[in-house]
Amino acid sequence: MDREQALTVVRESLAAAVPGADSSGLASDAVLREELELDSLDFLSFVETLSGRTGVGIDEDDYARLDTLEACAGFLVTRTG
Amino acid sequence: MPSLGADMTEGSLVEWLVRPGDTVVKGQAVAVVDTAKSAIEVECFEDGAIQELLVEPGTTVPVGTVLAVLADGGRTDAPAGATDTGETAEAAKATDSTKATGAADTAKTTERTAARTTPLVRRLAHDRHVDLDSVRGSGKAGRVTRADVEAASRDSGRIRATPYARRTASELGVDLRGIDGTGTDGTIRARDVRAAASGPATPARPASPAPAAAPRPAVSPEPPAPDGHAQARRQAIAHLMSKSKHEIPHYYLSTTIDLAAAVAWMREHNRAVPVAERLVPAALLLKAAAVAARKVPEMNGFWIDGGHVRPAAVHLGVAVSLREGGLVAPALHDADTLSLPALMAGLRDLVRRARTGRLRASETADPTITVTDLGDQGVEAVFGVIYPPQVALVGYGRVLDRPVAVDGLLGVRPCVTATLSADHRAGDGAVGARYLATVDRLLHHPEDL
Repeated sequence: MDREQALTVVRESLAAAVPGADSSGLASDAVLREELELDSLDFLSFVETLSGRTGVGIDEDDYARLDTLEACAGFLVTRTG
Repeated sequence: MPSLGADMTEGSLVEWLVRPGDTVVKGQAVAVVDTAKSAIEVECFEDGAIQELLVEPGTTVPVGTVLAVLADGGRTDAPAGATDTGETAEAAKATDSTKATGAADTAKTTERTAARTTPLVRRLAHDRHVDLDSVRGSGKAGRVTRADVEAASRDSGRIRATPYARRTASELGVDLRGIDGTGTDGTIRARDVRAAASGPATPARPASPAPAAAPRPAVSPEPPAPDGHAQARRQAIAHLMSKSKHEIPHYYLSTTIDLAAAVAWMREHNRAVPVAERLVPAALLLKAAAVAARKVPEMNGFWIDGGHVRPAAVHLGVAVSLREGGLVAPALHDADTLSLPALMAGLRDLVRRARTGRLRASETADPTITVTDLGDQGVEAVFGVIYPPQVALVGYGRVLDRPVAVDGLLGVRPCVTATLSADHRAGDGAVGARYLATVDRLLHHPEDL
């Protein structure tokens, strides 16, 4: 998975998991939880969707790294080799 | 029309989910009602068969109005979804004592519509889902004729769908074309839309172009709530909170709870289960609040007519903030008896439905104590306003790492500040202190939660 693909799946997962969350105008370094006002349930849904779509296992310890679009994409790129 | 919250005085019937002759069971959703807050599914309060529907979709009626007649028992549907909360009890009482008035009102409404048209045309309008009030009558004295209804029916396009179905479709981003309706004459009902929406795993979502100039286009409510609705919701909250502060002598307590054991236990649990079954700290906090309400029943229930009514069950109200503004606090039923995974699943379902306007009447009517968790908003503590006629509200702030002295040593541990707002009429500070101490103790033994 290259960076562009990863970024796309992250945006799609956000849109699917959190109704009303629109990441299209979001800066890639904006903090997701703050900018999209995600609560812990929203974030869990996002992780669930992202993991489901990419097949990448995401542990609770990884949550802290998934704070921006850029970071999420980077995480996926690393994990998918 | 059941009272779907202490602040509700009237409701508008959006759609019947049943028809005369249908057999219904207790708890079945029979109608959709629009309140100031959102569309809510009203459940039937007992088994029976629908004999007659008395209120037409699109009509706004006061709380207590008879909506339908059930064949068995001959009672009305008015207290559908009613429980032993004060307000609904009042509503039920009102229904009993003012049945004649209610009937008269209904008759008056019928008369008004009847004056503008004939029963046959009304029937036709109903079958075609045409709102008579929106039809301009071409007959004598503005009477609505058969031709008018047929024209209106044609104007609304080839797709036959109920108003609720149209709204659901627009919210879910589903195209009504291509859906097979299961209603009369193939009319598309909301449930058809939902079935269609749940079909493909990823509903096609048209990407909305973000205006480049918008500085923070982050969250757009979906659909954008009509201003009127958001305003009505604001008014409802304003009214309820004013009433609370006007009538309830609040007292406030707070304590900081060491969550090291709870968080460690949760992480261990989460490592062993798939993402879908993972817990969040809020689930543990809610469970502790519910169990503590059972152990300290002085904090559970309602202050009604100068006395504390204590229900046996704990229905935990969960304050959910809505993206378009405002909040609702529907109930997680019997939260004290749910296992943590069950509570977590219930919480996710409840929050999702609260935000998409799919709450059930019983959930909005009967919380016995409410919890507000502002941890995700980043504040340390919240001292909330009690939802009348409840007697207590529990507040949780953010789970933060703090320096804590443990066994004479200083350590850094996750902590949360729990607060209690309680009605001083129903009890004194010592009882409230016992409640918070119970929450604290429970969170130190998460395995028992």
